[in-house]
Amino acid sequence: MELTLWTYEGPPHVGAIRIAASMRDVHLVLHAPQGDTYADLLFTMIEREGRRPPVTWTTFQARDLGSSTAEMVIETLQGVCERYQPKVLLVAESCTGELLQDQPGALARGAGLSAPVIPIEMAAYTRKENWGASETLYQLVRGLLGGKARDSGAEGEGAPAGRRPSVNLIGPTKLGFRCRDDVTEVCRLLERMGVAVNVVAPLGASPHDLLRIPEADANINLAPEVADLTCDWLRRQFKQPTIKTVPLGWGATRDFITEVASVLNLDIDPDAVGESRLPWYSRSVDSTYLTGKRVFVFADGTHALAAARMARDEMGFEVVGLGTYSRERARDVRALAAEYGLEALITDDYLAVERAVAELQPELVLGTQMERHIAKRLGIPCAVISTPAHVQDYPARYSPQMGFEGCNVIFDTWVHPLIMGLEEHLLTMFRDDFEFNDAAVPSHLGGEGAGAQQPEINNVASITPAGSGAVAWAVSAEKELRKIPFFVRGKARRNTEHFALEQGLTVIEVETLYEAKAHFSR
Amino acid sequence: MSQVIARAATGDVPEVRTERGERAVFCGLTSIIWLHRRIQDAFFLVVGSRTCAHLLQSAAGVMIFAEPRFATAILGERDLAGMADCHEELDRVVAELLARRPDIRRLFLVGSCPSEVIKLDLANAAARLQGVHDNRLRISAFSGSGIETTFTQGEDQCLASMVPDLPELEAGNQRLMVVGTLADIVEEQFRRHFAQLGIDHVDFFPAARADDLPPVGPGTRLLLAQPFVSDTVQALCKRGAKVIPSLYPLGVQGTLAWFQAAAAEWGMDAESVSAALAIPVARAQKAVARVRENLKDKTIHFLPDSQLEIPLARFLRDECGMSLTEVATPYLDQALMTPELLQLGADVRLVEGSDLDSALARVRASRPDLTVCGMGIANPLEAEGLRTKWSIELIFTPVQGFDQVADLAGLFARPLARERQLEVGSWS
Repeated sequence: MELTLWTYEGPPHVGAIRIAASMRDVHLVLHAPQGDTYADLLFTMIEREGRRPPVTWTTFQARDLGSSTAEMVIETLQGVCERYQPKVLLVAESCTGELLQDQPGALARGAGLSAPVIPIEMAAYTRKENWGASETLYQLVRGLLGGKARDSGAEGEGAPAGRRPSVNLIGPTKLGFRCRDDVTEVCRLLERMGVAVNVVAPLGASPHDLLRIPEADANINLAPEVADLTCDWLRRQFKQPTIKTVPLGWGATRDFITEVASVLNLDIDPDAVGESRLPWYSRSVDSTYLTGKRVFVFADGTHALAAARMARDEMGFEVVGLGTYSRERARDVRALAAEYGLEALITDDYLAVERAVAELQPELVLGTQMERHIAKRLGIPCAVISTPAHVQDYPARYSPQMGFEGCNVIFDTWVHPLIMGLEEHLLTMFRDDFEFNDAAVPSHLGGEGAGAQQPEINNVASITPAGSGAVAWAVSAEKELRKIPFFVRGKARRNTEHFALEQGLTVIEVETLYEAKAHFSR
Repeated sequence: MSQVIARAATGDVPEVRTERGERAVFCGLTSIIWLHRRIQDAFFLVVGSRTCAHLLQSAAGVMIFAEPRFATAILGERDLAGMADCHEELDRVVAELLARRPDIRRLFLVGSCPSEVIKLDLANAAARLQGVHDNRLRISAFSGSGIETTFTQGEDQCLASMVPDLPELEAGNQRLMVVGTLADIVEEQFRRHFAQLGIDHVDFFPAARADDLPPVGPGTRLLLAQPFVSDTVQALCKRGAKVIPSLYPLGVQGTLAWFQAAAAEWGMDAESVSAALAIPVARAQKAVARVRENLKDKTIHFLPDSQLEIPLARFLRDECGMSLTEVATPYLDQALMTPELLQLGADVRLVEGSDLDSALARVRASRPDLTVCGMGIANPLEAEGLRTKWSIELIFTPVQGFDQVADLAGLFARPLARERQLEVGSWS
C-alpha cells in the first residue's frame, strides 16, 4: 500500500486508451466499473478532442458482481462490433475489472466476433500509464504483423539504389507532449533530407497502415517510453534498425540528422538540412545573464534527458537538479546526472520533488504541471516541458519541441518566465525602491496603489530541523535579507542557514549573511 | 442492451423509463473534491488504485494550490495477494498521514471499487483506528466506489457515515437541520432568511468544521438542500428526525417553497413567508427576467449525471420558459423527489439510468438547443454542432437561493449567448 497525493502517470489502461484514441478504425472495450469513464475527459477536455475516444466501457455495478459481469463483456463486445465495425478490437480491463477474473480477452476470442480481437493484459496493480501505452502498441503491432517476417537482406542495409529511403515514426500519441506538432516538424526535417515517411504510428494510423510498417528502411523512435518495446521487436522481426536519437534540442537534432544519414547510408551535412535561431540567440550578449542560472529539471525520461543537455550546453544554465518519474528510464537519467555531478531524483512522489526544489532553490524549474504548481508555491519561475500536462499545454499555435523549430520554441519558453537581464540588475541596485519590489503592485497598475501589500510568495519554512540546534535570525539580519531581490531571497536564506548550521552558530547576524554569500559565491 | 420498465405512476407524475447499459458518470469519489473544501479540517483517504488517484486529480483539474486534504492509499500486488495484511498496511499509512497532518480533526477512510471487490472492511478498520487515535480525531468510513455510488452519491455516503457521531438533541426542543453541502455564501444568506422568519435553531450539515456536529433527535426537522442525500436522511430518520417534504431551493419558486415548507413546521403560513421574503424574491425575479430572454422557447435535454436534473428541469421550464426534450437522472429516489415530480407533471420524458449510445442517439435525433451532460461528452457534442452545458459546474457553483437564481440561469444562457456572438465559423 502506497500513500499517494498526486500521481505523475495514470493507470495502465489509460495508456491503452491513448493508443486507441490515437488511431483510426480501432476500438477498445474496457471491462471497468462506472466512474472509470472519467478517462474520456482527458481527451475531450484537456486535449479538446472533438470526438469521444473510441472506448466502450462495460460499467458494471455492485448488483452485477458474481452473476452477470461476464455476460456484460460479451454483450458489450457484440454491441461495439455492430455499432462501430472496428478493423481491430482491443480488449482490456481496468484495475477493478482485473479483480473479477472474467478474462475478457478469452471471452472475446470465443464470442465469434466480426472484428479481429487483440487482448491486452494491463497489470493494473504493478504498472502505470506509459507502460500500458507501450504494451498496447506492442501487442497491436505484433498482433497484426506477427505472422510476417522479412524475406531477405541484412539489418540496416538501406534502400536499394534508385528508391527513396523511408522511415516510420513510432511513438507519438494523443495526450503526449506536443506530439501533433513534433510529428509535423520531424516530417519536414526528413523531407529536407530526402527521406520519405512511410508510417506514423500510432498517431493518425489505421490498422491497415500498421501492416505497411515493414516496408520502411528504419524506425525512428520518437517516444522511448511508449515505443522501445515495439521498435525492438520490429528490429528483430524485420531487421529494421532503430534510430534512437530523439531530436529535442539543437545538438540532438544535428545528432539525429547524422544518425538518420548513417543508418540510411546517406551523405548529408546537418548544416544543409536546416537551422535554428537558438545558437545565435544564446550567443547574443543579451543572453549573458542566463549564464550559470541554476535550473532544476524533472520530467519523463526523454524530456528530462533532453532538457538537461539543452540547459547546460545550449542555454548556458547550471543544472542543479535532475530527475524523472519514468522508472523505466532511471538508468539513463542516473548516468547523465552523474556526468553533471548530481544524484538523480527517481521518484513518483511529488512531495519528494517539492522538497528537492525547496532545498535547492533553483532560479528556474523545468518540469511537468506538477512542478509548475510546486514552483508557483515557492515563487520560482517555471516552464512546462513534459507530461503530465494540462489544457494550456495543448496550444492552438504551431509549437513543436523537436527539430530546429522546436529549439526556437524552447528558447522562448524557458526565457520568458525569467526576469530580463537589465531588469534583474536594477532590482538588485535599488532594492528599497518603493514602487519596484516584490510587495508592490506594478506602477502601470497605478489605480491599485503602489506599495499595496501582496502576500509573501516565498513562504518556505525554515529548514532548521527540530532538535538539531535552531538557528535564529537577528532582526538586523532579517531586515538585510529583505533587501535581497525576492527572486534569489529564498536561496540566500537557505544558504545562510546552512552556513550557520555548519559553523555551529545559533544567531544569524548581518555579517553571517555576507560570510555565507562569500562562502557560496561561484 | 436497454430495456424499458414502465412503473406504475401515481398521480400526475411522469412515467419513468429505466435504461441499463453503458454509463458515463463519475463515481462517488468525485464528491471528495467539494467535501474537502467544505469540511476544512477533514482528510479523505481513499483506499483504492492508481485509477482512483488519477480520477481525483483529473476531475479536480490538478488544483495543487495547497497540499490537498485527500490522498489515495494505492493497493499493490502484495496487498491483493495477501502477502501483506491490508489492515496492518492501512494502519501504517494512517499513522504516516496523521504524523504529517496534525491539523486534521476527522479522517474518512473512503472505499473504492477495488477495496469493495476484495471486501476490505473499512468500517471495521475505522473502528479499530478510532481506538488507537481516540483522543486526537474522529475516524469513519464510507464508500465512494463506482460499483455502488454515482458522482454526488459520495456526499450522501460521507454524511451518512457521520450520523452515528451526532449528539442527541435534548427532548422537547425543535431544531431545523439543512442537509447537503451548500456554498458558504448561500449558507449565510439562508441563515439571514431563517432569522427573518423567526427560525433561530438552524444547523447546516455538513458544517465547515468537523467538530461542529449538529444534534439530532425526535425534535429535528430535516430540510434538504440537495436531492442526493437519501441514505443520510434514512440514518437521521432512524434517530427520530422527520423530513419536511419540499421542492429543492433552486429557482425563485423552489427557494420560496423551501422556506415556506420549513416555516410551516414553525407554525407560519405561506403568505407570511412570502411577505417576509418579498424583497429578495422581487430582486431575484427581476434578475432572472433578463436572463430568461435568452432561454425562453429554447429546448433543453438532460443526460444523467449530477442528480440535480429534475429540479433544474423544473426551474428552467417554469421560470425560464424552456421546453424539455428529455430529463434523465442516474437514479431516482421517489421519496425525496415526489414534490419535484408532482411539479414536473406527467408530460415530461423521464429516464432513469443510462445506455450511453442510445441516449446520444436521442440527443442527435431531437437536436435540442442545449444539452446538459458530463465533461467527457460535451466537446464531442459541440463538434456535432450541439450546444452543451457540462454539469459538474452546477455542483461547483453557488446556485441555490434567491440571490443565485440569475447566476444559475446564466450558466445555461452563456453557451447560447456565445453561439450568437461568435463569428468564427461553425462548430461542426
